[in-house]
Amino acid sequence: MLNNLSTPHEYPGKLFVVEGIDGSGKTTQLALLAKWLSAAGLRVFVTEWNSSALVKAATKMGKKKNSLTPTTFSLLHATDFADRLLYNIVPPLKAGMIVLADRYAYTAFARDVARGVDRAWVRDLYSFAVRPDLALYFRVPIDVSLDRLMARRVKLKFYEAGLDMGWSMNAQESFRIFQGKVLDEYDRLVEEFGLSVVDASLAITDQQQMVRNLVSRQLEKPALEVVNQ
Amino acid sequence: MTEQKDAKEAKEQTPAFGANGHIQPGRYYGHGLPYAPIDHYPGKIIAVEGTDGVGRSTQIRLLREWLEVQGYGVVETGWTRSALMQPTIELAKSSNTLNKLTFVLLYATDFADRLEKEIIPALKAGFVVLSDRYIFSALARAGVRGVDRAWLRSLYGFAIAPHLVFYLKIDVDTLIRRVLSARGMDFWESGMDLKGGDDIYDSFRSYQNKLLREYSSMADEFGFRVLDARRPIDVLQDELRRQVQAFLVNADGSQAQESEPAEKHP
Repeated sequence: MLNNLSTPHEYPGKLFVVEGIDGSGKTTQLALLAKWLSAAGLRVFVTEWNSSALVKAATKMGKKKNSLTPTTFSLLHATDFADRLLYNIVPPLKAGMIVLADRYAYTAFARDVARGVDRAWVRDLYSFAVRPDLALYFRVPIDVSLDRLMARRVKLKFYEAGLDMGWSMNAQESFRIFQGKVLDEYDRLVEEFGLSVVDASLAITDQQQMVRNLVSRQLEKPALEVVNQ
Repeated sequence: MTEQKDAKEAKEQTPAFGANGHIQPGRYYGHGLPYAPIDHYPGKIIAVEGTDGVGRSTQIRLLREWLEVQGYGVVETGWTRSALMQPTIELAKSSNTLNKLTFVLLYATDFADRLEKEIIPALKAGFVVLSDRYIFSALARAGVRGVDRAWLRSLYGFAIAPHLVFYLKIDVDTLIRRVLSARGMDFWESGMDLKGGDDIYDSFRSYQNKLLREYSSMADEFGFRVLDARRPIDVLQDELRRQVQAFLVNADGSQAQESEPAEKHP
């Protein structure tokens, strides 16, 4: 159980995950990937970070009251992850489907450590996770991601901007500091976990082409469930 | 800030359980919370452990009264009492959607919340923290369900080793009599999620037996002071007071700054 994130899984399905800071464009790329795979007749299941109904209420309340500490924040997300792993990730993998995860354990490794939890501790915490067949990291400079977020007129959320850490009262400045630390952690993870880096400042279609190439290589391996059309 | 950094480094070099199993009361068990150094905090943690129905709450209530009469500030904490997690845990238990991992993690989140919000501040301010259950009930319940024990210890590495852990020990037969005369057996206490069959009585018996074995297996590792909880309430309480008294007198004596005796009386 303690080695799952480093040992390849033996399920018939495939697990592909996307990672990156907010505004990196990973969600867009994931959606395009899902469309392409479905169009090719493959059965796809998408799972999102922090989406389990079980934990939503606690996270929402904690965030509302700004009462989450780096550790409770980390543990809540780990709880959500464990829930989705059991219900939303492993069963489709067993059924030979392709599971696409928007964010995975690496998000925890990057964000939680940026907030100050122990690096080894959070890795042990997620050691039960299934190892992805492919982990794509959409690397983008902070300015680019901020521009994209601002363009969407998204108000920077309290925890997303790292305002809970008290580095700055200004949301944008806090975002820069926090996400800067997150970027540093991600860079470590590339080496440590073999993440595939995609230059997220490139055009959408160029990025998607790279993504499809990487995914295709994974699909050449043992048979997948193909839906008859 | 260098003082904190030194403290942090010292802590990192002396892990509590693990390689040589040497636990230091008042220190983090493992990696700890890097952003919350706790060295030299004057408060004490006294944990009272034991299975459901063994009489923990009664003993804690009596112990608290006695401590306060003596002039100690007391803060109480207990399972799933964190405002953050209580609703979620209630909901999860009633909706039967827990797997063993989420079960463990929900309790760990509750514990972390109380540790940071209640326990650590109390220790810093010099209170005695009476904890109704500590991490050991979680370890026992998870262990019985087959959760990896090494993983569990790593998870709870952020917990602080209590200064005293009392384990109120009881046998299954006595437990059953008490539970049935008080309130009946509930789903979770009977380990019904383990699906050993439909019969609640059999399930309760089997589950509690396994739990008791888990607790026993941890007694040495974590330095439990094992007490026979079959004895009458006042006999047990006298024993607890005797041991707590001995510990506190010792602890007060060795504390660098001594408080005037007069401060102890209102």
